[in-house]
Amino acid sequence: MQGRLPMTVAYPFNDSANLDLHESYYAAQKAPGMLRIQMPHGEPAWLATRYADARLVLGDKRFSRAMAAERDEPRMRSGQLAGGILSMDPPDHTRLRTLVAKAFTVRRVEELRPRAREIANDLVRDMITAGPPADLVDMFALPLPVAVICAMLGVPVEDRPRFRVWSDNALSTSRLTAEEFQASREEMREYMRGLIAGHRVEPRDDLMTALIEAHDAGDRLSELELVDLCVGILVAGHETTASQIPNFVLTLLDHPSALEALRADPGLIPGAVEELLRFVPLGAGAGFPRYATEDVRVGDVLVRAGEPVVVAIGAANRDGLRFESPDTLKVTAPPEQHLGFGHGVHHCLGAALARMELQEALRVLLAELPGLHLAGDVVWKSEMLVRGPVTMPVGW
Amino acid sequence: MVTMTWHVSVDKGTCGATGMCAALAPELFVLDDAYAEPVRPEIEPDDLALDAADQCPMQAILVSEDGKEIGPRP
Repeated sequence: MQGRLPMTVAYPFNDSANLDLHESYYAAQKAPGMLRIQMPHGEPAWLATRYADARLVLGDKRFSRAMAAERDEPRMRSGQLAGGILSMDPPDHTRLRTLVAKAFTVRRVEELRPRAREIANDLVRDMITAGPPADLVDMFALPLPVAVICAMLGVPVEDRPRFRVWSDNALSTSRLTAEEFQASREEMREYMRGLIAGHRVEPRDDLMTALIEAHDAGDRLSELELVDLCVGILVAGHETTASQIPNFVLTLLDHPSALEALRADPGLIPGAVEELLRFVPLGAGAGFPRYATEDVRVGDVLVRAGEPVVVAIGAANRDGLRFESPDTLKVTAPPEQHLGFGHGVHHCLGAALARMELQEALRVLLAELPGLHLAGDVVWKSEMLVRGPVTMPVGW
Repeated sequence: MVTMTWHVSVDKGTCGATGMCAALAPELFVLDDAYAEPVRPEIEPDDLALDAADQCPMQAILVSEDGKEIGPRP
């Protein structure tokens, strides 16, 4: 029986200036039930930290994302973000996702691999030409996924400085007021509307053109959905990968024997990427709460209809009940079914693309920079949804 | 009149247990620890099966009618 609700603790736990998993997660995993947490804004929520609970909440139809729009959603920033594919449930979500899923299939992504490899090689060559030390973020980790997603979507890569600012704003948790946040989003929408207008006049072989056709000819997409989908793909299409490239490099530098194993046998890199996706807790904290649409038992907690649950993916990926010695990085024995890309209907749309980019990034960095090392202090992002270096000076 | 049936299968070699199909269409797919499986291999025509095949991140779902592949849709 569930008695009174347990005491509520302040959340998030993680320090934004490292990649550690906070000890509170380990304590939560050992304790029965789930924690009750209070995020900086919104109503209290349950926090799922175990693998089985995470998979249940993310993958069960009885949990809704759309319900968050009607509630005081637990969140990091004051303004409540409405709309977007991550705020939808099937069948609306299905309609939108079907339109874009084709562009992100494993097969389509493999067609992009040679181009991504070429871009990665060029970027490293530029780093070598400029000489050490170099900022790995600015010279490699950011421009690689930006170039790939720009080519895919049909956004001019020269505009990177402009959408870098909007993109940072979109993922910032508290640097902006609600009004500034909204203004930044409108600017980005305006920018995208301009690009869409250009694509209408001059259709191209890119994802934006395909989405415009779905709107104009198929009537399957509203104008605002079209704009927000393009904005979402552009932001999500590079920020996370741009963070994980330096995060993975840092983690490997912390694990010299793993690094050596990958240098000796680059064939291990795809498996290592899976293990790193499991091992590195990217999020500063969990977000995007799921609301129970009816009473649902999660482990030994009965989540009541209308209650939100947030899922700590980074913790679930280190759950000792699911993964053997979860805090050891095992690049030669990749994990099965990690939750690094989430789970269920909102499983990362760009998972195949991210995998490919991360593999190509590690491949070229390890091959071309045999003495890769840190050459100064890492400056960390703060008050962002994802963790990672802002700047990371490296030598080789 | 012959009742049309569709055949649904999940390729275990490519299934990544992303949970997409079982979350989208629990009446058609079930996820165990490692793989998803169709609840029944033969179903009545149901667009949800095609949606699941389209959206599977691993492209592991195949829907066919009379031996002809109809999902994922081109």
